[in-house]
Amino acid sequence: MINWVGLYTLFAKEVWRFLKVTTQTVLTPAVTALLYLLVFQTVLEDHVEVYPGIGYGAFLVPGLVVMTMIQNAFANSSSSLIQSKMNGNLVFVLVAPLSSLEFFLAFVGAAILRGLLVGVVVWAVALALVDLPPVHSPAWLLAFSVLGSAMLGILGVIAGIWADKYDQLAAFQNFLILPLSFLSGVFYSIHDLPPFWERLSLINPFFYMIDGVRHGFLGVSDVDPVLALTVTAGSTLVVSALCLALLAKGYKIRH
Amino acid sequence: MDAILVRDVHKCFASVPALRGLSLAVSENSFFGLLGPNGAGKSTLIGILAGLVRADSGEVRVCGHEVVRDYRRARASLGLVPQELVYDPFFTVRELLRLQAGYFGLGRRARPWIDELLALLALEDKADANMHQLSGGMKRRVLIAQALVHRPPVVVLDEPTAGVDVELRQALWALTRRLHAEGHTLILTTHYLEEAEALCERIAIINRGRLVALDDKDALLARHPYRLLCLTLDREPPSLPDPLRARLVERGDCQFTFRLDRHGDPVGAILDQVRALGVEIVDLHLEEPSLEEIFVHLTRESA
Ligand SMILES: Nc1ncnc2c1ncn2[C@@H]1O[C@H](COP(=O)(O)OP(=O)(O)OP(=O)(O)O)[C@@H](O)[C@H]1O
Ligand SMILES: [Mg+2]
Repeated sequence: MINWVGLYTLFAKEVWRFLKVTTQTVLTPAVTALLYLLVFQTVLEDHVEVYPGIGYGAFLVPGLVVMTMIQNAFANSSSSLIQSKMNGNLVFVLVAPLSSLEFFLAFVGAAILRGLLVGVVVWAVALALVDLPPVHSPAWLLAFSVLGSAMLGILGVIAGIWADKYDQLAAFQNFLILPLSFLSGVFYSIHDLPPFWERLSLINPFFYMIDGVRHGFLGVSDVDPVLALTVTAGSTLVVSALCLALLAKGYKIRH
Repeated sequence: MDAILVRDVHKCFASVPALRGLSLAVSENSFFGLLGPNGAGKSTLIGILAGLVRADSGEVRVCGHEVVRDYRRARASLGLVPQELVYDPFFTVRELLRLQAGYFGLGRRARPWIDELLALLALEDKADANMHQLSGGMKRRVLIAQALVHRPPVVVLDEPTAGVDVELRQALWALTRRLHAEGHTLILTTHYLEEAEALCERIAIINRGRLVALDDKDALLARHPYRLLCLTLDREPPSLPDPLRARLVERGDCQFTFRLDRHGDPVGAILDQVRALGVEIVDLHLEEPSLEEIFVHLTRESA
């Protein structure tokens, strides 16, 4: 039996929460992505061609979209959880008859929605600036966007549960999320890397997610999209299992 | 069936024991006081009832539902007013109440009750205010409304009257009495013993994670078999005979307080002995023991 109303309410609260501060949660990330785009495109457009026939700007946009998406998905669940934990108002959710699965789905669902929303905004801004070919495959694009936001939303739940203070959360973000996303081929194709770094990138799950999104947008990618989907889905399952186990144990939230 | 059943519960935080084999039961529809000094384990016990804290061992049930295995029904049966004034600064009072009702699986059908609660707690004109705009007493009332939003049969209030003004305290007393009269089971912690004395029918005193007393309030009061006889005399008596000196607990300027055994020391006999000293009694009164003295006596004994 599932407490559907409870699940929906918690999901809606998490969405409502970021919608109440859209400047911070939607606009700021869009502006950041825009700045990246302007800088890199202006500097590199005429020098770099990653895939034949695709300008650097067009190559960059999918990477920026997915990077913004995953960073926001992560921020949504992690900052909401750590705020509620530090402020003490998480008790209101903890005393309610919600299972760990319902708790998980509500937080991750809201993170996915935030990721997709911000991704769409960045894409729309990019459309106005860069000459983009039409989306190659909306289905692949959606699949990778949802899975990528889910994976990062789940990591956000884990980080939010684990961190006791904001600086611990920042450490999680700066030493794990940020390197994994920058070293995953947002700004380049991994085939242009020296062999050691190329091989290292292949064990980074974020690489497959970004590569998959690029395939969805442009129809070109470093690896086969089926492989990319398998790795992305597999990693999402692994972090889900970890997150659900922590929640079921009440790790750091039910003392 | 008991509203609350706690059997041999142990709980340690890191290596600090908070509850050490606590057992107690609260029968349905009673007004129950949970007393104890700071750090006794009251909030820990309440946290376990509400699912916020996990006991290391022992059995805990709310309305017959085990709090971990059958957590949905246990939590639906309990309304908790936490000790700290916590709130989500993103939402208004009405939004918070609707969200809380939603978590408990109630949608729009909770709305008339939410309006009623807002009226009951005199929060109507603050319904659309953000929580951080409210005074401490108002925040406390919102916490109470949040605890009642799913109409739980058992309501637990962890120090609801700490730091509230006289008027709000009176209002809270009236509200808890009303809830009790309507058939709710109430569990209250407080450091104001006269509050427990005025409200509660049954009282548990815990100290350092152990139960030191569990009894009806009247029985608890009667358990202390002493009362105090306070006399003011017209002048200092020469010296007290042994039986009086043995009972003397305090002596001031012509003022004498004797501790009398409720059963073995008739007041008349003591007065006769005093008069036999050749002094006049100017004033006299008897003090019955209050919960405070019993509390001090029991918690000191168990320390
Ligand atoms: N989350 C926690 N982590 C570590 N120790 C804790 C935690 N919660 C409570 N304790 C410890 O457990 C013991 C019991 O605390 P508890 O809060 O239950 O006391 P209390 O009876 O409610 O006291 P008070 O009247 O001050 O509210 C104390 O020694 C306290 O320091
Ligand atoms: Mg306490």
